[in-house]
Amino acid sequence: MKDTEGYVTADGRQIGGTLMEMKNITLRFGGVVAIKDISFDVHEGEIRAIIGPNGAGKSSMLNVISGFYTPSEGEVWYQGAKRPQMKPYEVARMGVARTFQNIALFEGMTVLDNVMTGRLTHMNASVLSQAIWWGRAREEEIENREKVERVIDFLEIQHIRKTPVGRLPYGLKKRVELARALAAEPSLLLLDEPMAGMNVEEKEDMSRFILDVNDEFGTTICLIEHDMGVVMDLSDRVVVMDYGKKIGDGTPDEVRNDQAVIDAYLGVAHD
Amino acid sequence: MLADIFINPFIEMFAYPDFLMQVLWEGLVSGILYALIALGFVLIFRSSRIFNFAQGIMVVFAALTLVGLHAFGIPAWISVILTLGVMFGLAVTIERVVLRPLVGQPDIILFMATIGITLFLIGFGETIFGGENKVMITSELGIPTGDTVLEPFGGLLILQHLDITVVVVATLLVGGLIAFLNYTSMGRAIRALGDDHQAALSVGISLQTIWVLVWFIAGIIALVTGIAWGARAGVSFALEVIAYKALPVLMLGGLESITGAIVGGLMIGMLEKLFEIYWGQPLLGGNTETWFAFVLALVVLLFRPQGLFGEKIIERV
Ligand SMILES: Nc1ncnc2c1ncn2[C@@H]1O[C@H](COP(=O)(O)OP(=O)(O)O)[C@@H](O)[C@H]1O
Ligand SMILES: [Mg+2]
Repeated sequence: MKDTEGYVTADGRQIGGTLMEMKNITLRFGGVVAIKDISFDVHEGEIRAIIGPNGAGKSSMLNVISGFYTPSEGEVWYQGAKRPQMKPYEVARMGVARTFQNIALFEGMTVLDNVMTGRLTHMNASVLSQAIWWGRAREEEIENREKVERVIDFLEIQHIRKTPVGRLPYGLKKRVELARALAAEPSLLLLDEPMAGMNVEEKEDMSRFILDVNDEFGTTICLIEHDMGVVMDLSDRVVVMDYGKKIGDGTPDEVRNDQAVIDAYLGVAHD
Repeated sequence: MLADIFINPFIEMFAYPDFLMQVLWEGLVSGILYALIALGFVLIFRSSRIFNFAQGIMVVFAALTLVGLHAFGIPAWISVILTLGVMFGLAVTIERVVLRPLVGQPDIILFMATIGITLFLIGFGETIFGGENKVMITSELGIPTGDTVLEPFGGLLILQHLDITVVVVATLLVGGLIAFLNYTSMGRAIRALGDDHQAALSVGISLQTIWVLVWFIAGIIALVTGIAWGARAGVSFALEVIAYKALPVLMLGGLESITGAIVGGLMIGMLEKLFEIYWGQPLLGGNTETWFAFVLALVVLLFRPQGLFGEKIIERV
């Protein structure tokens, strides 16, 4: 299990060493225990899924990783070092980008501007030079703009570049949110139910984009899904959660045949 | 009587178009200052949900600091730069001492905290600069004081050079702010934070940095309006009222709309002047400028509850 040297997947891809390790994470909200003593790791370059029925604590786990929630107990290790308690913006600046289950976009801004905000972690020119808009700030802006255009092309949203996000249909919003996260060139990409609420065709598109991102840029992806079927073809390894506890961890095949997992999913109605 | 309300003013406007232009010009001068102040409110409100009651006293404080520094024998333009430094220091202090500890408190608490800031700055300002009126260092700053007389339609239009300077500087500042908000990453971050807090955090935007920035922008606006208004009315604590003139602008334009602040400011500046000259003075004995804007805002809100630029409000029950 603790194979920090990486491994080779069933389809022959070489996966790197450990990127992140969650150690004995517990998260309480008053009396509710959303996460109970969960440990798992994420390797460089893999697609790691967290699945489980609604209310299992998946989003909470993602919020712990991205700094939105502070775990009551446990440690987050990132790139070989224990991470001190960080604010969300600090985690973002470490190279962790994310999307939200309920889509959090800047509705009043255009698609292009939304995706440009994904580059904020890469902008170093001082406020003053930005105010005057000279030299480095200007150079940075152009450089970032080029990167953003590439992401926009990659996710096939060129045709809506100048559209205010608020006017887009749900499926496209999800894609814009992915584009914004991707624009950050993250070392870890967190996706909270990227396919929720989509029709079959949109789900297929999204799956393809996720695979392409991983393939093309080698991006490490940790994604959440409550529907078991969707992620099995997508992910290299899967953590299964139920009622805040980890009840399974392994390759899709291992997890699929695990009795505890089968029981959890049979016992719950899910859509 | 009805003719005095509905007919005669318009006849007069057509009969003396040069005078109408004079009225509109003076309305524009005040309007652009209202717009600027309203912009300061909007930026702070969008990024922190705080209604900044202290905007008015910041105008006074900036003007007093400028005049005070110059009184020490510091050259005028160096005093301007130092005053900007003081306003930046004020922004940092307010963020650190007031806003940060109050994060997560209800909006009304933060609003009351800005009343606290106001009272503090009044006391602090009086201690340092004294309570007596002062004269703005207009000519020391190289602001021209003469006037230019034009003769449109064979009539007379007098443009004070001070007013021209105010319009030019304020327009540049508004234009600069819009460019900053639209075309720089920091500006984009300010807009983003106003749009969605969570999403802003997730792309690495730090609340603290943005707060310091928007309060500093409010400080710059305070200094510019303080100079412009102080040059006509003198520098005293009464300068504070210029900020309250922005309240009806916000009622009209909305607390979150940058366009609303600008268009609303210009509109109110010109309409209140028009009303005062053509209706207020002949029919009501004048002095309508103190309240007309509020009435206008109320009437507009009666017919358009969402304000001039807001999306239509859909009640959620
Ligand atoms: N901010 C919060 N405050 C209180 N309870 C929360 C909060 N976030 C999540 N929870 C609770 O934690 C549990 C797990 O929720 P969540 O992580 O959203 O599950 P999932 O994403 O797997 O559907 C639920 O019982 C939920 O009510
Ligand atoms: Mg969830």
